[in-house]
Amino acid sequence: MAAPALALPAGLPRSVALVGNPNCGKTALFNLLTGARQKVANYAGVTVERKIGVARLPDGRSVAVIDLPGTYSLQPATPDEQVTLEVVEGRRAGEDVPDALVVVVDATNLRMNLRLVLECRALGRPMLVALNMADVARRCGLQIDTARLAAELGCPVVETVAVQADGHAALLQQLAHWTWPAAASTVTLPPATPPDAAALQREVRRLLAACVTAPAAAGSGAAQRLQLQLDAWVLHPAWGPLILAALLFIVFQAVFSWANAPMEWIKAGMAAAGDAVSAAMAPGPLRSLLVDGAIAGAGSVLVFLPQILILFFFILVLEDSGYLPRAAFLLDTLMGKVGLSGRAFIPLLSSFACAVPGVMATRTIAQWRDRITTIMVAPLMTCSARLPVYALLIGAFIPDRAVGPFNLRGLVLFGLYVAGVASACGVAWLFKRLWLKNGYQPLMLELPPYRWPAVRTLALGLWERMQIFLRRVGTIIFALMVVLWFLSSYPTPPAGATGPAIAHSLAGQLGHALQPLFAPLGFNWQICIALVPGLAAREVAVGALGTVYALSAAGDGVAEQLAPMIAQGWSLATALSLLAWYVFAPQCISTLAAVRRETNSWRYPVAMAAYQFALAYLAAFATYRAASLLGA
Amino acid sequence: MDILLADLPDGAQGTVTRVWANGPALDAGHLRRLGELGFLPGEPVQVLRRGPGGREPLAVRVGDTLFALRLAEAQCVSVDAA
Repeated sequence: MAAPALALPAGLPRSVALVGNPNCGKTALFNLLTGARQKVANYAGVTVERKIGVARLPDGRSVAVIDLPGTYSLQPATPDEQVTLEVVEGRRAGEDVPDALVVVVDATNLRMNLRLVLECRALGRPMLVALNMADVARRCGLQIDTARLAAELGCPVVETVAVQADGHAALLQQLAHWTWPAAASTVTLPPATPPDAAALQREVRRLLAACVTAPAAAGSGAAQRLQLQLDAWVLHPAWGPLILAALLFIVFQAVFSWANAPMEWIKAGMAAAGDAVSAAMAPGPLRSLLVDGAIAGAGSVLVFLPQILILFFFILVLEDSGYLPRAAFLLDTLMGKVGLSGRAFIPLLSSFACAVPGVMATRTIAQWRDRITTIMVAPLMTCSARLPVYALLIGAFIPDRAVGPFNLRGLVLFGLYVAGVASACGVAWLFKRLWLKNGYQPLMLELPPYRWPAVRTLALGLWERMQIFLRRVGTIIFALMVVLWFLSSYPTPPAGATGPAIAHSLAGQLGHALQPLFAPLGFNWQICIALVPGLAAREVAVGALGTVYALSAAGDGVAEQLAPMIAQGWSLATALSLLAWYVFAPQCISTLAAVRRETNSWRYPVAMAAYQFALAYLAAFATYRAASLLGA
Repeated sequence: MDILLADLPDGAQGTVTRVWANGPALDAGHLRRLGELGFLPGEPVQVLRRGPGGREPLAVRVGDTLFALRLAEAQCVSVDAA
């Protein structure tokens, strides 16, 4: 490599970039170095953007750390890998090229990881190698001669354990006492010809022979045998899909059966708060704002916190254990039939939490048209914001009855999730048929080794989820509830008017104005009001119903329970129709904004909102008519 | 004996001999990616399982890494069956 003239001065690098294969633990190491809490999980492609943080060295100095999406080589095939290459080569607009590369490798899989190390070395930049998961490698009986490896590679090699509190100590020491190689170039010149992978692999084999002592035969350790046995079941052509179905089933049963007790506590707490405020304050607008707006509105959303946490507990366990890519393996034939690339599975699965990260995760899909199709159907996956709506309606209208070994409520919830997935398949198939035809898309998905989910990762993940939910309830949902309370309370009814005051308010008038449009779906004017703030965030619809019904209640509104109130007021057909509406529900401004950002065009978010609105209307209409005919 | 990775029975091991454009499905970029994942001459491979229906995808171990491949990819890899 040329340009030895631009040698760096001895001293500390101001910035280092973490480069490495997918799923080798870069982000876990980044979190450890910088104290950040970026998402980590056991599958390839969790990180799709570059992230910057600051690491403090033992001597008090600091260095900027850039976390990059994982890549198999320096010839990018997907948008997220492109980011990595641009940062490494210093071609990213408005950004300095990092002073040095920290190439993170999975010590248990040097055979694959060392190829990227050699590619990086060919760039001629200052670099060091972090042998991550060094503890696992030792447990597998691998003995790595780091001194020899460092000599062979011509750069420092340190061991790290990114899942241990002090697992980065050696790396920090090395950074603090790093003497720059005098000839290292500060600019990266792209190699004239892309390195030949076969030649790289010959060099890797030589390095492995020289530096690594493996146990007698590869894949013979007890740990590897267990992994293989697990996969023999999990990937089995018949047992595999059964195990997958059983797992999903347990999740939805748990969401209903485990959450009861904590939900009752929150409900009781909310009722007590409402009573206390009612007792302590004179009747008037302020009391109504607190009781009907804040407590009945935002409180009715807060009740669903336990169910959301249970759902995320399972999602986190599945993510961290390495099961998710196996599920993608099992469902690939189905995905292929509707024209989706196998790579679409993980973005779609992220969308069960929220469509926004799901849409961003499509950056791991190479083909633009595949990516667009995946983006377009991602919001049909049932995001966690829909859970409060589903749970409220199911709790109010579906009897808590056993059906064989299952609970009927859990079954209905499972059915709603399946409806979302099935409609996504249908829509994807149509899109690929009519509009976004393209060539064959390979799968080539890595199935990482199974791991026990780390308690720390689980606890942090749940804590994070709780914070996000509480922040939403405390900010956007609370603010919308206050606004809705004003719109629902003013103007006050003229003297001598009969019926609840809300009917005369702005919101009441809006609800009545919208009602003819939604009457064919069986929606009453209260539901029509709730649909409007539901545009900002889906769970707001629940809070809005809480406020609207609290204000509609006869007598001076001590917040009553929302569920029994709607159970009395609505027909089952209306409830089912609203459930069908929310399977498609186009109302989520943050998803549309994310689609606008990712596609850089208004065309796709507009098309998305339009088709989802149409589907929601049709589905709710069909459900309402069918249920009415059947006498519900 | 050279056969296609796609024809390797479940559980059987082999050694990659070459990666080549066998059929129109995969373009040069896809073939290069197969190499970058480790499907390189001399590397040991083993088909662990085939997906539901017993056809595709294939769970293939190459070197020390497990990958899921569709049939079209597995048809572009020739192996020397052990």
